[in-house]
Amino acid sequence: MKMIPRRIAVLGFLVASLAAGTPAIAETPDSSPDSPAAREARWRDLEKSVFDGRTATPDRKIIALEAPTRAEDASLVPMTITLGGGERIKELYLIIDDNPAPVAAHFTFGPAGDSQGLPHIVKLRVRVNSYTNVHSVAVLPDGHLVEDVKFVKASGGCSAPMGESDEEATRGMGEMRLKFSGVVAPGAPAEATLMVKHPNFNGMQMNQLTRVFTPARFIDRITVKDGGALVFDLEASLSLATNPVLSFDFIPQPAGPVTVEVHDTDGGHWRQDFAHPSATN
Amino acid sequence: MPLARGVGRLTRREAFFGGACLCCLPSLARAENFAIEEIAPAVFMRRGVNREASPENLDAIANIGFIVGDDAVLVTESGGSLADGVWLRKVIREKTAKPIKYVVLSHVHPDHVFGAGAFLDDAPTYVGHAKLGPALAARGDYYRRRLIDVLGEANVGPVVMPTKIVAAREEIDLGGRIVALQAHKPAHTTSDLSMFDRASGLFLPADLLFVGRIPSLDGSLTGWIAELEALRAQGLGKTVPGHGPLTVDFPSACEKLLRYLKILRDGVRAEIDRNGTIERAIETVALSEKDRWTLFDDYNRRNITEAYRELEWQ
Repeated sequence: MKMIPRRIAVLGFLVASLAAGTPAIAETPDSSPDSPAAREARWRDLEKSVFDGRTATPDRKIIALEAPTRAEDASLVPMTITLGGGERIKELYLIIDDNPAPVAAHFTFGPAGDSQGLPHIVKLRVRVNSYTNVHSVAVLPDGHLVEDVKFVKASGGCSAPMGESDEEATRGMGEMRLKFSGVVAPGAPAEATLMVKHPNFNGMQMNQLTRVFTPARFIDRITVKDGGALVFDLEASLSLATNPVLSFDFIPQPAGPVTVEVHDTDGGHWRQDFAHPSATN
Repeated sequence: MPLARGVGRLTRREAFFGGACLCCLPSLARAENFAIEEIAPAVFMRRGVNREASPENLDAIANIGFIVGDDAVLVTESGGSLADGVWLRKVIREKTAKPIKYVVLSHVHPDHVFGAGAFLDDAPTYVGHAKLGPALAARGDYYRRRLIDVLGEANVGPVVMPTKIVAAREEIDLGGRIVALQAHKPAHTTSDLSMFDRASGLFLPADLLFVGRIPSLDGSLTGWIAELEALRAQGLGKTVPGHGPLTVDFPSACEKLLRYLKILRDGVRAEIDRNGTIERAIETVALSEKDRWTLFDDYNRRNITEAYRELEWQ
């Protein structure tokens, strides 16, 4: 496998699917693409192209990834990343090594998303196309990379059809909800869960009557601010699940509101404000 | 023109299978190990095995069969693979020479539709829910590839689309015998069709009713509960579930299914209300039902995932 240019690693589904038609090199059992060594070699290539030659070191105190060993539903695989260990985290990547577009999510945290080294949890749901390693990588302020990895058994999550017709899957697109966990007080880390209705068509679902693939249309950017201060900016790919749900910690600003902006690859743009919940006793 | 006519004389089956002789395909013979039972006058059913699809069972896992009227045969379920459908067709021909005029495709799932290809030469009316066509268009090819992985291509057969659509209620006259069809709102799937044979009073809800085998949720949990509660009020009796014994008494079987679905609903709702996660719901919900269903561990976690996805938006 050659080094993948970064842009293609992020949005390279079309390229990857064409390349999949080329015959694989004859393999001995040792060099089977499923062997741990081959998986590791693929990751090293991917790492180089995504991080411009820098390499990540494992440290589960700073970044820990939880993923199901075997996914119940390959089109909705929950991932939980715990950040912290006294280190401030500038950016976070979730990379599904063997997915058509490996970089599923790239978060850049702002002042209202900077937990100053305290534990900070991010949860999201992704599609997983084949048995694969999943890497989460944290970028520290000095540019150092720290990673954790999990092997996930799931398959078909990318081409798995939507439950219903395309029309029904698109209904309510852009509708959002934000749920807060517990009390939201200025300066005290709080947890929120964002839900967005969007089919996230990744171009891999085919309609058998028309023999046409439903064109790709997926969320490529989500920006969350609180009281005008950036919580995070998320660059997403077609690996996010349908109707994405995202949990995150943030540092509430004095007044709020939490503002969510969602963009998709068709130029769709949705924005919504969510007031902080009023304190109750 | 003679030449052109020769080309045009391919049968539908040859058009699909390039003229391969189905009866000579080695593994097809293995679907013969099943018994057909006359559960009501001129109603014949075969019980599916409570297993996942495998090369051994050829996806013959659903209850399938046929109803014979004065003029025609209606296939209530086609089977889970071409091999399963070929077996069913052979059994029908042993019992009656009447034409197979109707093949019901009860919903989108592979264990109920992939036998349809075995009846193409009979040119029957393929009857399905109004949402079945779009659902098969979206999923049929995917299901076919997944089933080929398990059974091998020769055993699987084509995706056959419905040619008669049921949007609400329809009646089919087999000659002195009326079969009433009802299209349901999203429940087990979004394309559930049930049948009622007036002559025998037999209800055939397909996978709206699971007995013994844990149900799989693929339509709407709240919708399924609502459909079952509506059916419960109709005084139905002898029933052929989609999976389980060939005949059961509807009220008691329905109660058991409703109990599981409500436990699932309430458990998932409670987890959502406490701002929980799918992962925690998967580990905790509906475990009290574990010993009541076969294949519980294979489906409960997935049902929870589906339920969560549905209920978190309510």
